Amino acid sequence: MSEPFLIGDAMTGGYGKGPDILHDCTIAVDKGEIAVIVGPNGAGKSTAMKAVFGMLNMRSGAVRLDGEDISTLSPQDRVVKGMGFVPQNQNIFTSLTVEENLEMGAFIRRDDFSDTMTQVYDLFPILKDKRLQPAGELSGGQRQQVAVGRALMTQPKVLMLDEPTAGVSPIVMDELFDRIIEVARSGIPILMVEQNARQALEIADKGYVLVQGRNAFSGTGQELLNDPDVRKSFLGG
Amino acid sequence: MDFLNAIVALSNYVIVPGIAYGSQLALGALGVTLIYGILRFSNFAHGDTMAFGAMVTILVTWWMQSVGISLGPLPTALLALPFGILATMALLLATDRLVYRFYREQKAKPVILVIVSMGVMFIMNGLVRFIIGPNDQKFLDGERFIISAREFKALTGLKEGLAIKTTQGLTVVTAVVVVILLFWFLNRTRTGKSMRAYSDNEDLALLSGINPERVVMYTWLIVAALATIAGTLYGLDKTFKPFTYFQLLLPIFASAIVGGLGNPLGAIAGGFVIAFSEVTITYAWKKVARYLLPENLEPDSLVQLLSTDYKFAVSFVILLIVLLFKPTGLFKGKSV
Repeated sequence: MSEPFLIGDAMTGGYGKGPDILHDCTIAVDKGEIAVIVGPNGAGKSTAMKAVFGMLNMRSGAVRLDGEDISTLSPQDRVVKGMGFVPQNQNIFTSLTVEENLEMGAFIRRDDFSDTMTQVYDLFPILKDKRLQPAGELSGGQRQQVAVGRALMTQPKVLMLDEPTAGVSPIVMDELFDRIIEVARSGIPILMVEQNARQALEIADKGYVLVQGRNAFSGTGQELLNDPDVRKSFLGG
Repeated sequence: MDFLNAIVALSNYVIVPGIAYGSQLALGALGVTLIYGILRFSNFAHGDTMAFGAMVTILVTWWMQSVGISLGPLPTALLALPFGILATMALLLATDRLVYRFYREQKAKPVILVIVSMGVMFIMNGLVRFIIGPNDQKFLDGERFIISAREFKALTGLKEGLAIKTTQGLTVVTAVVVVILLFWFLNRTRTGKSMRAYSDNEDLALLSGINPERVVMYTWLIVAALATIAGTLYGLDKTFKPFTYFQLLLPIFASAIVGGLGNPLGAIAGGFVIAFSEVTITYAWKKVARYLLPENLEPDSLVQLLSTDYKFAVSFVILLIVLLFKPTGLFKGKSV
């Protein structure tokens, strides 16, 4: 069996010198897939994501991207390697215009990135209309689009989203999920953490249920949705 | 006619000096606000940075005057200014390398950096006094007035004269040019945008691959230029004395805070608000009142609200009033 494109393998660790939050936790996403991490509050979902992105001290385990061990790289270096990350909070430059946000996303690129910007505008047409407006003046859903757009500007090989639908209305959430599927179809694997477990698992190729920093269940999105244990404990029956 | 005389008197004593002083404060406050926005601390050494820049400019000016280089009607100091800026850039980069970088690596709290900047302030202060001495220094040459009071009176036939000093005109023109350049840089260039991005959201800037050390370096370079220009213009317009630059720190900080710390546009607005309140409150209004009021209402006193000795208090009263109603300043700045 060939290894997935991005894998956080048996990760154990926590923040700084604090106690371990993750215990032997494995998360992976393969090309063309959407992988979703769900679980109760405090299960370490975002922490697992941050571990994959290098924002955490790992005591054991490894992160491999396309077969290459990147466990010791800083987050910035992982961006250069082709990982795009959208944090949960403060994921845009509020005082910069939408267009400047995208330009800053492409900061590490010295080549002409106007094509990528056109692609982002095609994906999120509302951003094109608002491109000269400060990003901080946009609605919650539009801000998330800016955040995802900013991360796409580096033309990442894999995109990681930390609760992209936090704090937006159900209608906006559906729209965001549609866009995320669209990004995945364009060939960029997506690893995301979600609060809205049911909707997220419906679009997921692969799902991970974390409990107290451990893999509790994993499988395809459908398998998890149909699993009686998962339904009972996390999806409300 | 009385009305015109009143306007001329007002322009001569309040508006023209106010605009010149406001421009100087605005340039100073821009430096403070950039440091606050990007390095995230209040730089108490800014007044003495201005003094250092002005001092180098003065030394080079004296040398130029001694070998007979001049700019004709304009002050020679303008030619010496680039040398002052370069020396100040070197000083600030060295300070950053030797002092601030250490605390940045420790991720020191802003309040620690403030105290550190006070230490830097005392050292710079001593350095300037050691090199040029604590006394008043003259370095202004060239034409003194764009238009003198006597010429103005002859020209218009009014009783009141309006004098515009070369240095006042120069201050305003330079300030406008510098501000346009600064805003062009911050809003149009890749480096400028990355500085704004870093000021806005440090973590996300790091994630975007923006190198913080480069941003910090560009900030010091720009601040050095702003401080030297502000210091030299102030020295030309008034006089150069190291202690006055130390005192200038107060209205400069008031300007930056009133406008909204971290907001360049606010720093400019704040500079003029503070300058005009200082000038209007310490101005003796008797002359203007005599032209405007009917004879029987003419005031006997000077109608000066506060003696000029208290001018620094004015900046702080304005500061308090603004912060009570708009805690982040007139323009939206960062709340601490």
